[in-house]
Amino acid sequence: MALLEIKDLQVKYGVIPALKGVSFSVEEGEAVALIGANGAGKTTTLHAISGIVKKAGGTITFGGQDITNKPAHEIVGLGISQVQEGRGIFSNLTVLENIRMGAYLRKDAKGIEEDMGRVYRMFPRLEERKSQVAGTLSGGEQQMLAIGRALMARPKVLLLDEPSMGLSPLIVETIFRTIKRLNKEEGMTILLVEQNAQMALYAARRTYIMETGEIVRSGLSKELKNDDAIRKSYLGL
Amino acid sequence: MFTQQLMNGITVGGIYALIALGYTMVYGILKIVNFAHGDVFMMGMFLGMFFTQALGMHYLIAFPLAAAATAFVGICIERIAYRPIRVADKLAVLISALGVSIFLQNFAMLVWGTETHTFNSGIKVQTFRLGSVTLSNIQIGVIVLCCVLMVVLYLVVNKTKIGVAMRATSHSIVSAKLMGINTDKIISFTFGVGSVLACVAGILVGIYYDAVYPTIGYSYGLKAFAAAILGGIGSIPGAMLGGFVIGIVETFGAAYISSGYRDAFAFGILIIVLIFKPSGILGVKHVDKV
Repeated sequence: MALLEIKDLQVKYGVIPALKGVSFSVEEGEAVALIGANGAGKTTTLHAISGIVKKAGGTITFGGQDITNKPAHEIVGLGISQVQEGRGIFSNLTVLENIRMGAYLRKDAKGIEEDMGRVYRMFPRLEERKSQVAGTLSGGEQQMLAIGRALMARPKVLLLDEPSMGLSPLIVETIFRTIKRLNKEEGMTILLVEQNAQMALYAARRTYIMETGEIVRSGLSKELKNDDAIRKSYLGL
Repeated sequence: MFTQQLMNGITVGGIYALIALGYTMVYGILKIVNFAHGDVFMMGMFLGMFFTQALGMHYLIAFPLAAAATAFVGICIERIAYRPIRVADKLAVLISALGVSIFLQNFAMLVWGTETHTFNSGIKVQTFRLGSVTLSNIQIGVIVLCCVLMVVLYLVVNKTKIGVAMRATSHSIVSAKLMGINTDKIISFTFGVGSVLACVAGILVGIYYDAVYPTIGYSYGLKAFAAAILGGIGSIPGAMLGGFVIGIVETFGAAYISSGYRDAFAFGILIIVLIFKPSGILGVKHVDKV
């Protein structure tokens, strides 16, 4: 059984349907991407999984447990962490305070210290700047902070919403290399939402393509990469 | 004369500051103005009086109980009047706040009557002279307590886990939820803390001026709100500073120019500051990198 299973998920903003019955799954240890244009419903899907938006229908199961109507903070406690679109860091808090907030629900002081070391090894820049107010970091550093902070919860699944947004190509590459390494070397299960289809197809084993609230195609990333229609509409080749 | 008025100004300024903190903390987290906060202050005052007079308790027991009861009132207000309409238009929240304010005033009138009561806390007023300045033990108590509470609040907000969670929630409720923070609890806690501070201010005013009546929250609430805006709403040090500025300015204005224009000085300084710095003295405009 898949670790994260989404069945016929529906979300409405007022009367306007944002998700019209989305179904997909993520296996343990797998990296899966959702790609598509603006307004396709990618972010809404992640918000629905994290319990930020109300569902109009469908179910979400995580590790066999129905989490469809659980409040957001309990979902984090169960092991689903999200790196928000636009990074969502607390720009009024220091880097260290941000990282500590990632471990908000944990009580094991020793484990928290260990994981902090791990985050600093992954992103040495964060350690250099730990007492700085997070709002003064560059966009790339903020993205590193957002990812590091999410890892502090020791999640079983990491949801990433547009990690490439607003970053220079060089930083985007660094971030995606980190994401891929997290998945390949540490076995972290990843659900990635991206407009940058090229990067998404690089990082994910499987990819779902969304259009106006529905999944229109899915498949192995390496196959989609060579598909003519996809190359034309999503990769601009 | 100058030092005397300065001390008087600091005393009422400290009281404004305590009330202003409740406005600014709630605004910081929910971006709403809790217009019923002045009446929470009034409730704190009446509850302090009720526990000491009607129930005959010693003030050391009565006042903490009153503070706890006022915290409960504040938490209930959020639960009943604000939480159900949190996603609604800000105008709806404003109407709801005014409704709560009217309710609390009428509740107090119903229970305690419309007349002015004496506070009778059992604390004796003693005055003494320091050079040319006359101070009372209550005045010193007000100043010391205001300062201590502000330091405690500063430490809670900046050094404790729940304080950091409060600041995180005030920056973004969604981001805070995604950290696993139960933001509803943080919001309740914020209302509770703000109400405790308002209750302390109410009790201090009760002891200092020895007059308690159901509509007293209006003028104090408005002044404290002005203080919060003056300091930069959403900013905790701003509310403290704003409270002292308003208290000192109105006291000096009343003493040196005309006591009839006391309120005009308080709101005049607000208008002048807002013309030159619309975000308030310590207010900051958020600049987020994208």
